[in-house]
Amino acid sequence: MLLTEIAFDFFSAIMIASAFMVIAARNPVHSVLFLILTFFNAAALFVLLGAEFLAMILLIVYVGAVAVLFLFVVMMLDVDFAELKRGALQYLPFGTLVGIVLICELILVGSVWFFAPGASHALAHATPAGLTNTEALGRILYTNYVYYFQTAGLILLVAMIGAIVLTLRHKPDARRQSIPVQNARSRKDAVTLVEIEPGKGA
Amino acid sequence: MFLVHPFQSIGVPYGWAWFLSQAIIMVVLSLILMLSVAAVILADRKIWAAVQLRRGPNVVGAFGLLQTIADALKFIFKEVIIPSGANKVLFLIAPVVTATLAFIAWAVIPFDKGWVISNINVGILYLFAVSSLGVYGVIVAGWASNSKYAFLSALRAAAQMVSYEVSIGFVLVTVLLFAGSLNLSAIVEAQRHGWFAFTLLFPMFVIFFISSLAETQRPPFDLLEAESELVAGFTVEYSSTPFLMFFLGEYMNVMMLCGLMTVLFLGGWLPIWHVAPFTFVPGVVWFILKMAVLFFLMAMVKAIVPRYRYDQLMRLGWKVFLPISLVWVVLTAGWVMVFPHGIGAL
Repeated sequence: MLLTEIAFDFFSAIMIASAFMVIAARNPVHSVLFLILTFFNAAALFVLLGAEFLAMILLIVYVGAVAVLFLFVVMMLDVDFAELKRGALQYLPFGTLVGIVLICELILVGSVWFFAPGASHALAHATPAGLTNTEALGRILYTNYVYYFQTAGLILLVAMIGAIVLTLRHKPDARRQSIPVQNARSRKDAVTLVEIEPGKGA
Repeated sequence: MFLVHPFQSIGVPYGWAWFLSQAIIMVVLSLILMLSVAAVILADRKIWAAVQLRRGPNVVGAFGLLQTIADALKFIFKEVIIPSGANKVLFLIAPVVTATLAFIAWAVIPFDKGWVISNINVGILYLFAVSSLGVYGVIVAGWASNSKYAFLSALRAAAQMVSYEVSIGFVLVTVLLFAGSLNLSAIVEAQRHGWFAFTLLFPMFVIFFISSLAETQRPPFDLLEAESELVAGFTVEYSSTPFLMFFLGEYMNVMMLCGLMTVLFLGGWLPIWHVAPFTFVPGVVWFILKMAVLFFLMAMVKAIVPRYRYDQLMRLGWKVFLPISLVWVVLTAGWVMVFPHGIGAL
């Protein structure tokens, strides 16, 4: 369908351009914002594929949470951009070498790539008949892969607790407000009326 | 959807007919939304004034009806001032992002049975994604202004929005468990035998209401703006139309959250009782009435609740709402396991 093709060309063109700008932008904040644009267009491509659940999760997790943290860090860091860029040129020969090796390997892999005879039949469809994306994913994740899924969750929990333990500092001299104590205070024990004699002060 | 057949009957192929009809509906809906934002701002000020025994705006038009439009025109005709040290492009993109996100969120809100621009299966996730994108308008505005006050305020606003999104996420999970679908129309249909606000989910409704006040930086959580004490938060460097777009986005988000609460907890377009006089009223009228009641509550909160301190705000989000909603997810999941036939088993 023509509309879908136009949409695909549009989103993928913007995605490639913004992915290029991620590494080309001089300002790291701009880089992060271009990265967000890349994620956004990737989500749009997922929608075109019919993988709407993945698209929304990509937006919520990567754009809504991960990239916000990136942006926080990059904005708060005091980076001297000119200083960073100055040494970049001396790595050019080595960088080019690595890039050429990678491209050669990709071409080698790509040129001998072939599909197994039965692969096209076993290919998973984005939307199995009669099921929404979310249901289809849930039925696989919570049946066949339930242990892997739970393990992944456990690892994330451990990582989260680890991060909290590593960064938690108890400050003994910090003044904290205890909300129950505060709520239990009444006018009687918070306010005292004092008779002041004239000329003497409190 | 309404216009697909007329377009097809004059010989337009289905794809383009669909495209044209969607485009027309979007433009019409956007216009209606902008007009209703004007009405909502006026209502907000009138309610606030009435609580304080003032008259509120009453000069422009009858009962001050045109006051918001006059204010908007004033903003538009003022000069756009861009601070000299500001990042010009990002400075202007930020309000556009905020306003655009506020508009596109309405694409999945069903006003009546079938009255929705895009009836997607992951409607709730879409709204959650859009609201989490809203943080960018704030951060980028604060950073691009090149002003300490704007930047600090933007960081605080972002921290506030991210914190309350966590509990909103868990509240959404409880609703999804009850409804068994991520589609907003299906969630409304699931409430045909009882609105979710009057079930086990009532505490979640309260938490969602308070969280949505924090999410939109409405009083009592408007401490970055705190107009009686501080400069105007991350928008301090903004003037004219860019400021107007932030203002528009803010009120659109408030309305959107009222709409979302209507869909999630108050049965969307469904009437109060499924008996004769109530079923004659069109669904869209019910929807707007419920939204109006919720907005009235929000306006009353603005008028009568004192402002929170920042540490109190963070405590409420992380130490009160998050544990309660987390426990409620487990509780709701257990309830759904025990009564698998939904709330009809109540």
